[in-house]
Amino acid sequence: MRSLLYVLTFMTVIGAAFWAYHENYKTQAALGEAQAVRADLRDARARLAVLKAEWAYLNRPDRLRDLAEVNFERLGLMPFEPDQFGRVDQVAYPQPPELPITDPVEVSSAGAGEQEP
Amino acid sequence: MIRTPLRPLARILDARRKGENPDAIERENLRIRHEQMRDKARSRAEGRLLVMAVMFFCAFGVIGARMGTLAASEAEEPRAQATGASIIASRADIVDRQGRILATNMETFSLYAHPQQMIDPIKAARELVAIFPELDEDRLRKDFTGKRKFMWVRKKLSPEQKQRVHDIGEPGLLFGPREMRLYPNGALAAHILGGASFGREGVHSAEVIGTAGIEKFFDDALRDPAREGAPLELSLDLTIQAATERVLQGGMSLMNAKGAASVLMDVHTGEVIAIASLPDFDPNDRPRPLTQGEAADSPLFNRAVQGVYELGSTFKVFASAQALELGLVNPETVIDTSGPLKVGGFRIGEFQNKNYGPLSVSDIIVKSSNRGTGRLALAIGAQRQQEFLKGLGFFEPTPLEIVEAKGGQPLLPQRWTDLSSVTISYGHGLSSSPLHLAAGYAAIANGGYRVEPTLLRQNGPRLGSRLMSERTARQSLDMLRKVVTEGTASFGEVPGYSVGGKTGTADKPKARGGGYYDDKVINTFASVFPTHDPKYVLIVTLDEPVETSGTKPRRTAGWTAVPVAAEMIRRVAPLLGLRPEVETRHLTGIINTSN
Repeated sequence: MRSLLYVLTFMTVIGAAFWAYHENYKTQAALGEAQAVRADLRDARARLAVLKAEWAYLNRPDRLRDLAEVNFERLGLMPFEPDQFGRVDQVAYPQPPELPITDPVEVSSAGAGEQEP
Repeated sequence: MIRTPLRPLARILDARRKGENPDAIERENLRIRHEQMRDKARSRAEGRLLVMAVMFFCAFGVIGARMGTLAASEAEEPRAQATGASIIASRADIVDRQGRILATNMETFSLYAHPQQMIDPIKAARELVAIFPELDEDRLRKDFTGKRKFMWVRKKLSPEQKQRVHDIGEPGLLFGPREMRLYPNGALAAHILGGASFGREGVHSAEVIGTAGIEKFFDDALRDPAREGAPLELSLDLTIQAATERVLQGGMSLMNAKGAASVLMDVHTGEVIAIASLPDFDPNDRPRPLTQGEAADSPLFNRAVQGVYELGSTFKVFASAQALELGLVNPETVIDTSGPLKVGGFRIGEFQNKNYGPLSVSDIIVKSSNRGTGRLALAIGAQRQQEFLKGLGFFEPTPLEIVEAKGGQPLLPQRWTDLSSVTISYGHGLSSSPLHLAAGYAAIANGGYRVEPTLLRQNGPRLGSRLMSERTARQSLDMLRKVVTEGTASFGEVPGYSVGGKTGTADKPKARGGGYYDDKVINTFASVFPTHDPKYVLIVTLDEPVETSGTKPRRTAGWTAVPVAAEMIRRVAPLLGLRPEVETRHLTGIINTSN
């Protein structure tokens, strides 16, 4: 009876040790992963900052104004003027598309004969 | 345990038989027993002491070992952090009211040298000068071959320059990572942003500290890691700021002015939407302050906030508003403005010695009569005038969130005599910044509440104490509107935006005292638009302008500052989302009288 108890205790210790080591390895792996993710985040943040700075630099008003002047012939961009305000009710509805003509009828034949060779 | 009896019977009997004292046996046994007990207790105590000693040794050993490893190891971030605790160590961005970047950080590298590790210092010096022409080759050679173990070569490198330094192949040239402050829009809003530079520098990193403007004012807040990188939102609007500066630059060169400033401010929230001062500078490469001459001649000088000027007739509306508020007059009260008006021994004259005769209060503003407002000021009295101007904020520097704002301390007369009262009523004798004037006009425009200018984006109106009644504000606005429709600011009319405003032409005081220049003026136009529902005030100030299209040079604000302000409003109002209101006359109703 006592030896059985010893064996059981010994097995439990081995099992607990196994479990503890297993958990330890899992934790290590998770930490490594978290570190990698954090490094990715850091890189992404740095890249985002650079891209934002570049976007702001490329969209700086001076440059846009110069570009608008250089491309004036193609785009015709002008500063925003007070008379460019409109109201929605001043905008015409689009014309409904014309019905397709499926059976055209000659309505006048004046001069038709003369053109024939 | 077998206990030894103290009086063993066999030995007692034996002793009695021999005639000895049996008590000696007992004493002897007792002594032996006591000795045994003592030995036992001593060994036990010794054992305990040993255990204690081992324990202390182990504990101190562990502490010592831990201290040793800590001292010997590289510092490292703890790996297992609490989730989400992302500390962002870099300086926060500054953005405009729509989130567009005004200041951000960029990663770059600094270049330093370890001359002791150099293989060919002469060649390194030669090649470095080829890359950076501003370095001095002799000096570098001396430093590289001397006793120095460490030296900075350059604080910032572009990626191309870094590659070229790499290509030298010198192991004694090393790079340190740096964060640098970048202002992608160049000179835009330069006076507000100020600039940044490096504080304490190390090889691995360097502090970025604000040196001027809002960067310095909010230095601690921008550097606070707990901010988690949340940007600082300003009230400025990038597009409107750019348009303002463009128009102001054009106006300044057209009017041959040596400087110019403008302030565009929301009258309800006090938000400064655009504030410009010319000439300006590039905050990415901030010039050094002047060491000689006048500070006002430096491009670093912010005319809109630091520059205190006598702003001339723009002050007249404050005198009339106070007279209206006190019930001394109404807009139609007629006041005799004919001369002479002598106060404290000085004659008060009009522009070009005109004589307007009797004028209503409204016409005093429209025609800009010095004697008219002088008489109003005398009726108000110096004490009440001071209180009113103090309420409008003309007595202390503006609370704008840049470090330079404290320098904009208004210049007040030392003794506020009747003469001061009269001259201040038409804007002489009290110097203030254009921003002060903007805050003063905003109080009229928003219906009579004090409002403090701010550079931070606000969520709603920030109206302070009431300075004048709604009715007074309305009447003053009507006068300002009339100045544009029939007065001195006729060039200020912008169709659809109902501009109201007041011109001001002030002679420039001589820098060393002793009166005023004859041909140097400060021209100001303070405007409010749209007057039927005021939303914004715009102040345009030109320094020493002269308009030369006519036969004689013209130096009045109506010819210089007003057209610039009108063009600015025409450009900026649509960007502010203000729809032009077509002022239609009411048609006479057609009534069907009979069939």
